Amino acid sequence: MRITCTVNGERHEADDVWPGESLLHVLRERLALPGAKNACEQGECGSCTVYLDGLPVCACLVAAGQAQGRTVITVEGLPAEVHPGLPAGTGEGLFADAGALDPVQRAFIEAGAVQCGFCTPGLVVAVHDLLARNPRPADPDIREALAGNLCRCTGYEKILEAVRLATGSARVAPAEGAQAGGLPAQRTPPQGPPAGGAE
Amino acid sequence: MEFLQPSSWSDALAAKAARPDAVPIAGGTDVMVELNFDRRRPPALLDLTRVGALTEWGYDGDLLRVGAGVSYRRIIDELGGVLPGLAMAARTVGSPQIRNRGTVGGNLGSASPAGDAHPPLLATDALVEVASVRGTRTVPVDEFFTGPKRSVLAPDELIAAFLVAPAAGPQQFAKIGTRNAMVIAVCSFAVALHPATRRVGTGIGSAAPTPLRAHQAEELLAAELPWHSRGSLPAPLVRRFGELVAGAAAPIDDVRGTAAYRRQALAVLARRTLGWAWAQLSASQGEPGGRS
Repeated sequence: MRITCTVNGERHEADDVWPGESLLHVLRERLALPGAKNACEQGECGSCTVYLDGLPVCACLVAAGQAQGRTVITVEGLPAEVHPGLPAGTGEGLFADAGALDPVQRAFIEAGAVQCGFCTPGLVVAVHDLLARNPRPADPDIREALAGNLCRCTGYEKILEAVRLATGSARVAPAEGAQAGGLPAQRTPPQGPPAGGAE
Repeated sequence: MEFLQPSSWSDALAAKAARPDAVPIAGGTDVMVELNFDRRRPPALLDLTRVGALTEWGYDGDLLRVGAGVSYRRIIDELGGVLPGLAMAARTVGSPQIRNRGTVGGNLGSASPAGDAHPPLLATDALVEVASVRGTRTVPVDEFFTGPKRSVLAPDELIAAFLVAPAAGPQQFAKIGTRNAMVIAVCSFAVALHPATRRVGTGIGSAAPTPLRAHQAEELLAAELPWHSRGSLPAPLVRRFGELVAGAAAPIDDVRGTAAYRRQALAVLARRTLGWAWAQLSASQGEPGGRS
């Protein structure tokens, strides 16, 4: 079957898709978007987390045909989607080719929360969603929000630090720069202190 | 493999009638695991995510009617106030990613003895609305399950919704797992108090071939709870309640736990959830000793 959907703001088509194939397989093998990782294939590890119509889901549990006509945002699409105004090359020299990084991605690098890196894309999407819904999460909120993402390297402390760090920078950017695209940044208005408040 | 994607409920029923061997898929949290691991190669998938009616909920007379495709996330966000026991159970399902996709309808359709939604549905006398091109029928949830992963669903039937009364008293749910998140219940228990009619509902999960109620335990509490004074719970009554709940179960030894452990844990869960629910009831009356 043919699948047409919007991925990271662009319309994509894939032909000869087997109906039982997962969205994850379509993204990685047919659309050359390897950011979402293929690990457990049973929704246990969160490595393949992507936004589907604005909600984080395990791409391995979405049948390809279910994504027909839907909007998908992968970790590759976060910077462009959410912070279109950021200048290219904000990757602090670490990712010269990567263009603008989302504040969550920067925070992961700065906090040393990236080790082997396999869980990182899924965690970045999950944290991105958490901060869109709750710009100032307490530690229990962070733990609950990230309960679906497994990491075998970090022991999670660095990841928690990255989220705390991101709450400083992520608070500044998301709301204003966001475009219509069903991202949760617009779904729930930020709570707590006024938007734009610096640390 | 065919991929059937009806956009209306009548088309969905027609598709299921034409292809009774088609496997319905909504959130995909069970079906896709089987496909990914090559455990199942159904001749057709019947995608229900385009059927808008399945994602709606509303009142049908005195009952809430919740479409089979309403996700756990929406149960928590939109129905937590009226279905507190089910919302508590929903919060223990998988992860945020899973709760964004998984549905109570899928949980019922899979009919796993460990389904997290089942104990609260049992405790609240929910009805399952099933339909086919032949018509619609409602099945009390305690008659819905016929064995492990088996239900009364006919090959041409689909689950449309569940119907349940909004909470008329405290409801609680508790679950034992080997960790806090992303876990299948070793055993679980739900209790619902109906103070106006002085009835109690219970539901046991993961401790018998099907989810089930503890009828004797319910009758004991209905007769013996200090409904009038709403005073503290007599310790012997609480202990006896735990024993009757454990006795109602028919657990097995498996990878997640032993039968003996499950019975022991169920008695503990029953005592705890009753204590929490009773404390809520007492507190709602402004009685001393209530816990918020």
